[in-house]
Amino acid sequence: MNASFKWLQDFVDIDLSPLELRDVLTMRCATVDDVVVLRKDLSDIVVARVVEVERHPNSDHLWVTKVDAGAGVLHDVVCGAPNVVAGAAYPFAAVGAVLPGGLTIEKRKIRGAVSEGMLCSARELGLGTDHEGILALDTSAEPGTRFLDVMPVGDTRFEIDVLPNRADLLSHEGLAREIAAATGKQLHRPQHPPAVLTRAAKSPVPPAVEVIVEDTEGAPRYVTAIIAGVTVGPSPEWLAARVEAIGSRSISNVVDVTNYMLHGFGQPMHAFDLSRIKGGKVIVRRARNGERIVTLDGVDRTLDDTMTVIADAESAQAIAGVIGGKGSEVDEGTTDILLEAAAFDPRRIRATRRKLGVSTDASYRFERGVDEASIPDLLDYAVELITRVAGGARVGEPTDAHRPLPPASAIRLRPSRVARVLGEEISIPDIERHLTSIEFVVSRDGAELLVTPPSFRRDTTGEIEIIEEVARLHGYERFSSEIRPFRPGTVPDAPLELVSRKVRAECIAAGLLETRPMPFVRNGPDSLRVRNPLAEDEAYLRSSLLDSLARRAEHNFAHMQRNIRLFEIGSVFIADRTAETGAPDERIHVAALISGDRRPPHFTEPHPPHYDQWDAKGIAESVAAAAWPRASITLAPSVGEMLWIISADGKAVGNVSRIEVDAPVWANPLFGVELDLEAIAGVVSQAARYKPVPTMPSIEVDLALVVPDEIASAQVAEVIRNAAGELLETLAVFDEYRGEGVPVGSRSLAWRLTFRHPERTLRDREIQGRTGKILSTLEAALGIRQRTS
Amino acid sequence: MKQLPGLAAEERKAAGAAVNRVKAAIEQALAEKTAATGSSDGDASRADLTMPARRRWKGGRHPVTVVIEEIEDIFRELGFTIALGPEAETEWYNFGALNFPSDHPAMDAHDTLYLSDEVLLRTHTSPVQVRTLQTYAPPIRILAPGNVYRRDFFDASHAPMFAQLEGFSVDEGISFVDLKATLTHFANKFFGKTRTRFRPSFFPFTEPSAEMDVECRLCHGAGCAACKNTGWMEILGSGMVHPNVLTEVGVDAEKYTGWAFGMGPGRIAMLRYGLPDIRLLYDSDMRFLEQLAQ
Repeated sequence: MNASFKWLQDFVDIDLSPLELRDVLTMRCATVDDVVVLRKDLSDIVVARVVEVERHPNSDHLWVTKVDAGAGVLHDVVCGAPNVVAGAAYPFAAVGAVLPGGLTIEKRKIRGAVSEGMLCSARELGLGTDHEGILALDTSAEPGTRFLDVMPVGDTRFEIDVLPNRADLLSHEGLAREIAAATGKQLHRPQHPPAVLTRAAKSPVPPAVEVIVEDTEGAPRYVTAIIAGVTVGPSPEWLAARVEAIGSRSISNVVDVTNYMLHGFGQPMHAFDLSRIKGGKVIVRRARNGERIVTLDGVDRTLDDTMTVIADAESAQAIAGVIGGKGSEVDEGTTDILLEAAAFDPRRIRATRRKLGVSTDASYRFERGVDEASIPDLLDYAVELITRVAGGARVGEPTDAHRPLPPASAIRLRPSRVARVLGEEISIPDIERHLTSIEFVVSRDGAELLVTPPSFRRDTTGEIEIIEEVARLHGYERFSSEIRPFRPGTVPDAPLELVSRKVRAECIAAGLLETRPMPFVRNGPDSLRVRNPLAEDEAYLRSSLLDSLARRAEHNFAHMQRNIRLFEIGSVFIADRTAETGAPDERIHVAALISGDRRPPHFTEPHPPHYDQWDAKGIAESVAAAAWPRASITLAPSVGEMLWIISADGKAVGNVSRIEVDAPVWANPLFGVELDLEAIAGVVSQAARYKPVPTMPSIEVDLALVVPDEIASAQVAEVIRNAAGELLETLAVFDEYRGEGVPVGSRSLAWRLTFRHPERTLRDREIQGRTGKILSTLEAALGIRQRTS
Repeated sequence: MKQLPGLAAEERKAAGAAVNRVKAAIEQALAEKTAATGSSDGDASRADLTMPARRRWKGGRHPVTVVIEEIEDIFRELGFTIALGPEAETEWYNFGALNFPSDHPAMDAHDTLYLSDEVLLRTHTSPVQVRTLQTYAPPIRILAPGNVYRRDFFDASHAPMFAQLEGFSVDEGISFVDLKATLTHFANKFFGKTRTRFRPSFFPFTEPSAEMDVECRLCHGAGCAACKNTGWMEILGSGMVHPNVLTEVGVDAEKYTGWAFGMGPGRIAMLRYGLPDIRLLYDSDMRFLEQLAQ
């Protein structure tokens, strides 16, 4: 909603500067997003009085004048205007002033005479095209007064964010009501300048028009009046200035009045050219399926029977509450008009303008609801305005079709409840004062109050809404902000949040960077489609986080970033055909994606090794352990791009895989890890128990074993563990070798076995015995021998 | 040397001195040998110490996560816990239970992505209020961080998915003063000592509703382009829980009152880190994350 400072002043006396007013509006009812000073380019121009005019000694069309621009000094000004007269007031640009367009006035000599400034024409000030002479001002202002302060051209526009429940603030009157309430002033109707045209109707009295409201549901109230003999032409200056101050274009006197009513009082109106209404009928009815109308914006639109139209005996002439039709548009040739003021069903208007994709100032207001009660009065007011600015006269009586107006019902307000909700007591007289200041009717009923909202405040339907009115009129800033005692909440932290925190910490410890990408993807297995996607290539919700991370890797490759180490904790969505509502199976996953250098390069290691599957496996193990600290985590080898299936306590929880992306040739392989954090219900971690640190020495034994490729190291490890017995403390593979000395199809795996007894020093012989047993078991079970060369 | 403790006191003294002489001689010989071979490993006194350190990759939280966790930490001190809810929600949780009038301009700010007739991608974290009220009895003090969706085209200042953080407190005697006090405390903790202001707002599920502004972080209230010369920056929307919301899930709205707020950690991150374009938060550019992840 755009509002003009001057227009607001038509409704209420304002002692505040525009910026002060901005703060009052923002703090009391609606946030002012911006304050725009209009015609700021005229701020250097002052009102000056010419005290002396003489012929220029060296020119027959120039004058040398003495100009009083205040400050007690007379300026010599050379002027070429034929209409310059001593004693008159003109706009004046002194030396140093900047004219609209950026020209800076300098002191100069014109044909030998010094000129210290410029008397301006309307065109030089951007106020019209008249360049015949300088602009004579009808003002008694002191010389030196700012031009903008006395002439109606300047104004300040407020761009106001009106809340969706406050339809009443979508007008200058509504805003002025709040300003009056906040500043203790009275709201009044604007005083307009006297009529400019009083010519009587020049056309014969038009034939009567029958108004038939068929769609009473779509048009709860429909009021019309006929004005005959208008002269359509430019608006008077005051009207054009108002309309233009809020950013609209002045169109014609009649149309400007309808806009004046819309922005001034929040009541959209429409003027039809009566001569173009056929068959003497105005019918408010549902549109017919496929019915067409060319609207005021020149678009040929096709309607359907969910929409309401204003039609004549033949065809639709306007889409009710949204936009008028070209066929009955008021133009220069119009002499008789039918003026409409109505209330249309907000939902219908909303549906219609959405369907047609056309939103207007009118539809915006109808959608939020206009005040049905005030319509006839406002129509009268508009008729009066039109006859003043465009002449003509009202013909006949207005028509008014309406349903019974919603009754004004009183709402019970308990002052004790006000105190309970707001936390501070507000006295009954203060409550009464606040509410009556915005035209609520308040009466007492014992210790309670009965509050009747005015007809334009349909949003206040219950006690709590009245309490909000009290709070905001009292001023939010007046309430205390001291913390008061409270009870801690009973809700435990979401288990998944606790798991996520540990998992996030683990990923960060692994050197990964967190990302929060969009969850939309092109498509994928089990992916869920968004019904109304923003773009076809992002129409699905991901079923895997790695899908998103892979796209992010491509983004990095496109920006020449080779080293990638990303992780995300986020939701995936799997289409669930069994869900009645169509709700997907949504789960929180964690995923990591790595590629490129395993460490930053250093002068001691200019080419660090690249991330490989073993890094991915390590991340998988440590992240799974962070998520499920008490579960047994296993990674079973898989096939193809899938490297390992991760299980926790035997249940599959995720995987490690090679990731294929659209990668440049210089990119290194990508590896991904993804875990479903909801696969196992929250395992609560328990604090670990201390085990005594060993005090006895250990013995280490290294074994190099020739292992055929078809035997997995895990099998070897299992045999070693079983054969070694309880004294084996740790077992680790520390080298893998293929090549000379090892048969083709086999590799040498070097194992380190650490033996320790908790209470005594082990004897070498003991361990040699164990080692022998391990080797013989390995040979018997797997046919594996020690490497000999 | 290991045998030294086994010797008699006098012998031990003499033997000790002899051992030390031998030890010193060996160390000196080793040092000379090292210098001669030019190896700098382990000998800092000989290295060019201006050479760069050996670094490791540093991991870090996304800037939005950093902001969320900082906010959580402040509210945890005030007895709040963390609650979560699904991103794919039913219409009832997202709108119906939250007192949204159907087909009303209040929905304009909630242009919704639908998955089916009844299921949508939540447009705010407020459904978590409803889910919490269904499960737990007051006193309730929760924070609900999460992703929300709007049918907005992805540009410099809009994203179809963004993080939101909901705060929700319900108990006997919770009032507008509690709302103002708690959020003012938060603002002062999070932004450092700052002026705040509360101004009227509208959300279907709160009444009265209020928007909280803090002094503009750039001009400190003087007025600049970033704050449109108001000197203020909008931080969050809030209000007293509408009685209809409590009644809808069977909570006695006469006995219990509450307040709620919602804010955008992404917007706060943009303010804090001076991000010119919201898409930076989603691109996952390694250079961006290396700079700001922590």
